[in-house]
Amino acid sequence: MEFAELIKTPRVDGVVLHRPFMPTVEGTLCLTGHHLILSSRQDNTEELWLLHSNIDSIEKRFVGSLGSIIVKCKDLRVIQLDIPGMEECLNIASSIEALSTLDSISLMYPFFYRPMFEVIEDGWNSFLPQDAFKDLESMVWTDEWRLSEVNKDFSVCPSYPPLVAVPKDIDDDSLKKVATFRHGGRFPVLSYYHKKNGMVMMRAGQPLTGTNGRRCKEDEKLINATLRPGKRGYIIDTRTINVAQQAKARGGGFESEGNYPQWRRIHKAIERSNVLQESLIKLVEACNDQSHSMDRWLSKLEASNWQTHVKEVLTTACLAAQCIDREGASVLVHGTEGTDSTLLVTSLAQIILDPACRTIKGFQNLVEREWLQAGHPFQQRCAQSAYSNSKPRLEAPVFLLFLDGVWQILRQFPCSFEFTESLLVLLFEHAYASQFGTFLGNSAAGRAKLSLPEKTVSLWSWVNRPQELERLTNPLYEANSLVIWPSVAPQSLLLWEGVFLRWNRSSKSLDEAYDEMVHIIEYNKELQNKVNTLRRQLAQLETEDPLLHTP
Amino acid sequence: MEHIRTPKVEKVRLLDRSSGQRKVSIGTLYLSATHTIFVENNPETRKETWVLHSMVSSVERPPTTPAGSQLILRCKDFRVFQILIPQERDCLDVHASLVRLSRPEKYSELYCLSFNPNANKEERQESWSFIDLMADYKRMGVPNNLWVSTAANSEYRVCDTYPSELFVPRSATPATIVGSSRFRSRGRFPALSYFHQDTLAAVCRCSQPLSGFSGRCQEDEVMLQAVMKSNPGSDFIYVVDTRPKLNAMANRAAGKGYENEDHYTNIKLQFIGIENIHVMRSSQQKIIDVGEMRSPSMTDFLWGLENSGWLKHIKAILDAGVFITRAVADEGVSVLVHCSDGWDRTAQACSVASILLDPFYRTIKGLTVLIERDWVSFGHKFSHRYSHLDGDPKEVSPVIDQFLECVWQLSEQFPCAFEFNERFLIAIHTHVYSCQYGTFLGNCQKERRDMRLRERSHSVWPQLWKDRAEFTNPLYKAELSQSQGILRPNTTPYCFKMWKGLYNHVEKSTPPRQSPADFLSAVREESQQLEEELTNHQEKIAALTGKPITWENIEVPRRTRHLRYRHSGPDPPTFADPITSPAHENTRTLSSEPANRKAQTQDPSHSPPVGLQLDPEDLSACSDLESGVADLSSRSSSGGDDSKDPDLE
Repeated sequence: MEFAELIKTPRVDGVVLHRPFMPTVEGTLCLTGHHLILSSRQDNTEELWLLHSNIDSIEKRFVGSLGSIIVKCKDLRVIQLDIPGMEECLNIASSIEALSTLDSISLMYPFFYRPMFEVIEDGWNSFLPQDAFKDLESMVWTDEWRLSEVNKDFSVCPSYPPLVAVPKDIDDDSLKKVATFRHGGRFPVLSYYHKKNGMVMMRAGQPLTGTNGRRCKEDEKLINATLRPGKRGYIIDTRTINVAQQAKARGGGFESEGNYPQWRRIHKAIERSNVLQESLIKLVEACNDQSHSMDRWLSKLEASNWQTHVKEVLTTACLAAQCIDREGASVLVHGTEGTDSTLLVTSLAQIILDPACRTIKGFQNLVEREWLQAGHPFQQRCAQSAYSNSKPRLEAPVFLLFLDGVWQILRQFPCSFEFTESLLVLLFEHAYASQFGTFLGNSAAGRAKLSLPEKTVSLWSWVNRPQELERLTNPLYEANSLVIWPSVAPQSLLLWEGVFLRWNRSSKSLDEAYDEMVHIIEYNKELQNKVNTLRRQLAQLETEDPLLHTP
Repeated sequence: MEHIRTPKVEKVRLLDRSSGQRKVSIGTLYLSATHTIFVENNPETRKETWVLHSMVSSVERPPTTPAGSQLILRCKDFRVFQILIPQERDCLDVHASLVRLSRPEKYSELYCLSFNPNANKEERQESWSFIDLMADYKRMGVPNNLWVSTAANSEYRVCDTYPSELFVPRSATPATIVGSSRFRSRGRFPALSYFHQDTLAAVCRCSQPLSGFSGRCQEDEVMLQAVMKSNPGSDFIYVVDTRPKLNAMANRAAGKGYENEDHYTNIKLQFIGIENIHVMRSSQQKIIDVGEMRSPSMTDFLWGLENSGWLKHIKAILDAGVFITRAVADEGVSVLVHCSDGWDRTAQACSVASILLDPFYRTIKGLTVLIERDWVSFGHKFSHRYSHLDGDPKEVSPVIDQFLECVWQLSEQFPCAFEFNERFLIAIHTHVYSCQYGTFLGNCQKERRDMRLRERSHSVWPQLWKDRAEFTNPLYKAELSQSQGILRPNTTPYCFKMWKGLYNHVEKSTPPRQSPADFLSAVREESQQLEEELTNHQEKIAALTGKPITWENIEVPRRTRHLRYRHSGPDPPTFADPITSPAHENTRTLSSEPANRKAQTQDPSHSPPVGLQLDPEDLSACSDLESGVADLSSRSSSGGDDSKDPDLE
């Protein structure tokens, strides 16, 4: 199929663009295969380049022959295009609709995009699975854990990467048996190793006990292998006990006390994906309506339940971190599939526990390992965002909820993260629409099939360039090797304005404050350098000329 | 002293509930003439907790438990202490003493009149001349050919709740003033609050007219004409009635009300809808309760916030200020502001407008001048509103609390616009209630003069000024656009947040969380020292080498990062927005140790929390507990907190 077939009117003049907090721009609107472009064709005026894949939905309005298209984007921005001529407007609208809902992944922009920047480090090689636990290899770790290639052709678990870390005593045949006992073949694998005390966090899919209490000796052996003699472990089930009970009827279930006597099971209540999607839609709707009274705003914020979800995932992550760091116990986390709420918990717990995850590189590594490699289905979850008119099927803002959780911790510990909020916003945008191939596909297997490393550019190639790193670096950062315990009290959790109110308020004075902060710190550094130089110069002068010391 | 029945009780257990601690300390309780003092038994810390009697808002005595008798002390700065006394008789004595001591009947019982700071007469007199209101009027260009000083109220003859020195329109004769004052509640005739030099428009204030259903007064009509004539640029004035219209109408039945637009030529009447002191009192109680909730769910919290109505009221006050600011700065139209008596909502609306209109009032000195003018001199009833003496509880209302909160909300939107930080606002809040200084005593200037407060007590302002380093916002920069000219805040509901620094003590004391503001203050301080060292070195080097000093300016190019839509070439935009800086959240924490804040997180060596809990609420409890640990150690070791807490002096 040619894009040209979908573009009925490639160019319209005299189009007026309205954007919040920006002057209107009049210019020429062009449609290309992947972009909507508006240019005034004058120097110094900004142009609009919008990826079609960033468009969540559009609305058309007509006043006489003047048509308007309201474009609602996945990054939550809303813009309006006034297009003279009814026919042009209708053509543009139908083209945008068609181009923004292309089904075929191979037609997506990343397959056409060629970088205009120099790739210093190919992001596709930055975080290889075999390196994931590299820094642990010299430690005791190797006596207890090994990397298994049992899934190298994705046949044991289609959503796992080819290489996974498992207890050393469990051989690949056992792993295959365990895989048949876990949802989606997701047998328990290592997610995090706590160097401080050697405790671990594992994740898996739910056990397929069914109504008749099926059991699997290998599964029991596998997870028991992670326990120290005489110690108990904790299983964190991200579902309420009722939901977990109901799962039995569909072949799922949970670990019974009888079969797992060394494990204590804790049920938490992280909502399923469709509930999260509804919550996001309600929240964004509340944020976009400026006519609300205070009462109505607060009640809509409450009714969206978004903040409740934030509190719930952080609470569960704290619980997992607490088991490991304070109780000195190993933890197994799972929900149903083990690809959504499970990852929320394991990744946020690592932010709390592991200082390495709070660096720029370490955070990318965490996203790569706990989300991309761990099989979070980005393609499905991020197909639509908050403005979608169609009934959500598999869409859910799980990754956005993760980023929100990280933001809450970052806000409470503004000096303990090497990156700023900008990195989180950037990831949010690129997860939904991007010129990079990083977030395409639903699993490592899917990405391998698409040959993404060969055919597309990695987001990490873009991020890990000095200019971009400088922009993302937190000037307040000072490495903090401690565990950071966020407060999860509702009063301590704020609405993430940088995403949800980003287009609804001017950020000028906040940007100014940020620049000022950077300036104070850079000025101090410069002074320090200067003073040090003079100190040395002075010391040198004084030693060269000892006479000067004697009066 | 006659009210103290038991000066000392031992083996008392104290829980500082507002600090989020779950840890009870055991020690000795002392009652002095001015303070309740608790000294911990722990020989390592011997931590002392001092509570000023005038800061106690209530003393409750819940039923006796087997462990002893309880007292709950609620303070006006929203701290809550729970005290357990082994013997019931002791408890009864302490209760009776505290009830009496916390409700002084006469001004002479108050701390500021009994407390003699180590300062001599000259210092005391000097402290009162720290603020010169006339100098501020002069700064705004008054008197001039439009606004003149009037002697009409000297000796408080016309209006006993107004200051003696006032500015009125040049064309207003003494007869007009007196006539107008007879037609206004409590004689509070229209007088100048703020003159805006750029547009020559003015903000004036008064009380409601005694119009009833049909009353009119020629002098009052002339007076409003005069206000209009004192602004050559416009042919009408706004009369802003800050009350809800229904309330204003109801007042007509009592012979009061609002201006009839038919009787006054060239006025435009505008109602704003700020609720009365009774609504505000109960609303604040609700938000205090929200702050004190233990382990609420998100729903509980947000519902509580909505149900309190507090943020709605804060928004209404800020909206009033925005309306006045637009009229004065954008339209160049003068505004006359009133409510009922013109000393609560009017003070709020006028002072918020001044903050928005004039950058001077966003400085440390400026805010003190503003409070002195619009609140102290114009007869805001401090002693009644903040219950300095035992009196009518219906007179009590958090009017100035709301003004301070409006300023805080603005500082969240404009992080570089204010010279002071949150601590300064909270310090003012404390002193409004504490009665440690004479500044806020009494209900008007005349009362203060009659009490001879200037001879018997000290002014709070020089004291705060002395500590200004601690109250300075490191991000304040006079050159930035937000620090200059008019502030135009966004008052959409989502721009308002609960002021945790004031209402949520749990958060306030939770782990000495990292504060970028304190960190930046420390960096700036260090930079100053480096600058000095640089000069020193340069001079020494010049002396050693005999070469003249080559002064080098340290210049750091400013990074500007307004890249919201930018992109280059055919590449689509890859720039994420330089969104919210962490800095705008920065003024949250309240501690006095800037430098070492940064790295403070909980030390893992601190005792592990309670056993694993299955209950999600208990997990947050666990965080709290840890915070308690961290908090305790920081307080006891440094004493830094103590030096700035007026209760602990």
